[in-house]
Amino acid sequence: MTALLKEIPYDQLNSLIRTDGIRLETGPFTTHLTTQLTDVINNLILLYADHQVSLEPGFSDFHLAIQHSGLLRRWIKPQVNFSFDGISPFRPLPRNQAYAIFEWGLNWCIANYAHYYLMIHAAVLERKGNAIILPGVPGAGKSTLCAGLSLGGWRLFSDEMALIEPQSRQLISNPRPISLKNDSISLIRALSPDAVFGMTIEETTKGTVTHLKSSTSSVQRSAEQSVPSIIVFPHYTAGASTALAPLTKSRAFMMLCENAFNYSVLGKSGFSTLKAVIDQSDCYQFEYSNLNDAVALFNSLSDELEASVGRSQEA
Amino acid sequence: MNLLQQTLRQPGSMEDLDETEWDLLIRQARSAELLAHLYYRLSDAELFHCVPEKAWNHFNSEQILARKQQEAALWETLQIERMLAPLGIPVILLKGAAYLQAKLPSAAGRFFNDIDILVPKTLIQSVEEKLQQNGWLTTHHNEYDQRYYRKWMHEIPPLQHIGRRSTIDVHHSILPLTARLHPDPEKLIESSIQVDPDYELYILCPTDMILHSATHLFHDGELEHGLRDLVDLDRLLRHFAQSDGFWNELVQRSIELDLSLPLFYALRYTTKILDTPVPENIVESDQLARPSSVATRLMDSLFLRALAPAHKSCKDGFTPSARWLLYIRSHYLRMPPHLLLPHLFHKGFVRPYTEWKEARAEGVTTTPKKIEKEAEIDIFK
Repeated sequence: MTALLKEIPYDQLNSLIRTDGIRLETGPFTTHLTTQLTDVINNLILLYADHQVSLEPGFSDFHLAIQHSGLLRRWIKPQVNFSFDGISPFRPLPRNQAYAIFEWGLNWCIANYAHYYLMIHAAVLERKGNAIILPGVPGAGKSTLCAGLSLGGWRLFSDEMALIEPQSRQLISNPRPISLKNDSISLIRALSPDAVFGMTIEETTKGTVTHLKSSTSSVQRSAEQSVPSIIVFPHYTAGASTALAPLTKSRAFMMLCENAFNYSVLGKSGFSTLKAVIDQSDCYQFEYSNLNDAVALFNSLSDELEASVGRSQEA
Repeated sequence: MNLLQQTLRQPGSMEDLDETEWDLLIRQARSAELLAHLYYRLSDAELFHCVPEKAWNHFNSEQILARKQQEAALWETLQIERMLAPLGIPVILLKGAAYLQAKLPSAAGRFFNDIDILVPKTLIQSVEEKLQQNGWLTTHHNEYDQRYYRKWMHEIPPLQHIGRRSTIDVHHSILPLTARLHPDPEKLIESSIQVDPDYELYILCPTDMILHSATHLFHDGELEHGLRDLVDLDRLLRHFAQSDGFWNELVQRSIELDLSLPLFYALRYTTKILDTPVPENIVESDQLARPSSVATRLMDSLFLRALAPAHKSCKDGFTPSARWLLYIRSHYLRMPPHLLLPHLFHKGFVRPYTEWKEARAEGVTTTPKKIEKEAEIDIFK
């Protein structure tokens, strides 16, 4: 039996997550999570309100626990520890980063244990049946762009990882909170007063971090896959005017390889999957500084694509 | 009996698992590094259709990873062969690399961290030089470690390739020179077998391969992947037992190499844990060295715990002590106390002190810099 997280009474959820754990469903993954940390529980309830949760035992892809580390550490410079089924892959972090370590840890699990997908470090969104892949090294403005598009009505697949199924070459949707850093936090807050944000976490290795809740419809439609049709390599440059330049397929292929988590692990199937994705997509390099202009440009890009698909169907 | 053990004994039982059992089986198998191995057991038993999609994904992911690692290891092995060919000596592959090169059943889905080779002791210096010239550099830079390895160990400090980060362990024997047992490496080299006439790559002969695997597990104390290594033994025993006279040959050879005690343990625990079909008269053979019956019972209580998957569902209150006692035992078997105690003292006190002193001299504080933590958590690295 699964239910929406927001429909489960607080007390029931709170006591279960502290003891037996809950099973949280995000796209194709089920995560079993236990934690006694109130800030993690409350942030989770806020940001994953629209996700499905199961309170009964069953199959889980990942078994995670977010806990205090050590007895003494409870009082002196408290720390928090992430564990994956009993092993701790990272060093503990300062206590205030507990929620962030959950999100990072879950990303780590997917990147390490889901080689049945080709995984690319990228944000993925969809509008009018056309999915866009936005690869990017940290700082390229990928997450900001992703948040802007998502608040502009695009359906969120992921702000972190493109999951491509090698046989069908479809993008798999795995909507989770969008991680925002430093200056982009106030930018996105100003963009939409209705947007839901999680707690603000200061002084992480990436600076100040917060999470933007993904839209309800993105989560509700997470079972719907999509074909990639646009690949854009974004680059944020302060003061730059919005500029979209076509990219050759061969160059785009190499750049996508560099951003893939497991391209070489997948061998031949990685190559053929990536090639198919590039073949069917329009590839661009994109420089921007104004988020509204950027969103408007992507909207027109998807309108054009929709129109051209319509024309070819009529013909 | 834990679920993984039961499954390894009877792969057919996977037909009847429910969702929560698949969940537990995958977790136990992953912690024992046997998930990709189970994929091949499913394949052999033609049971792919029984696996629910969610569970299947994990077998598939692990199998993809194992295949990639094996392809890389085969290629790496050929590089080593090419580098050492001018020396005109046989390069004997050990453990994982040997199973893989010889396509033995124990290779299916097996991961390994490094490539182990055995070369004659007299030539070890030229082997090291050749490898060094081709980019394999030593990993232990402090003088004490270098001296310790070279004086007492059965291998030189591991070499790592400067570009590809792959690691080679170059052995001249299969046990430390200070160990209680003294297998003669000359005999192992004499009986080694060429894998492929096109390459100067050799493996130990079947009996020696099993004895080495048994020695590594039961005398050298590497219990980190205990169950995985026991599965190696099970696969090898079942495979080689198909040839006539194998069992008697194995016992005779163990005596010849001074390795009959590790063989005793190997036969005892493969049969007990994995139901390996070993003839009764061989397990009971009085030609094999064995501990007293009291000691045997004690060892049972230790090994049966330490050879379970390293997963919390397979632990009891004594598991940590059992692992600790076996760790102590392995050190005791490796070195006599008059060498061991100074070594442990160095590891426990001298090394931390010098490291602290060096760090202070470089002006590094003991609190790790933020950037270091980022590297560890950053999945983009």
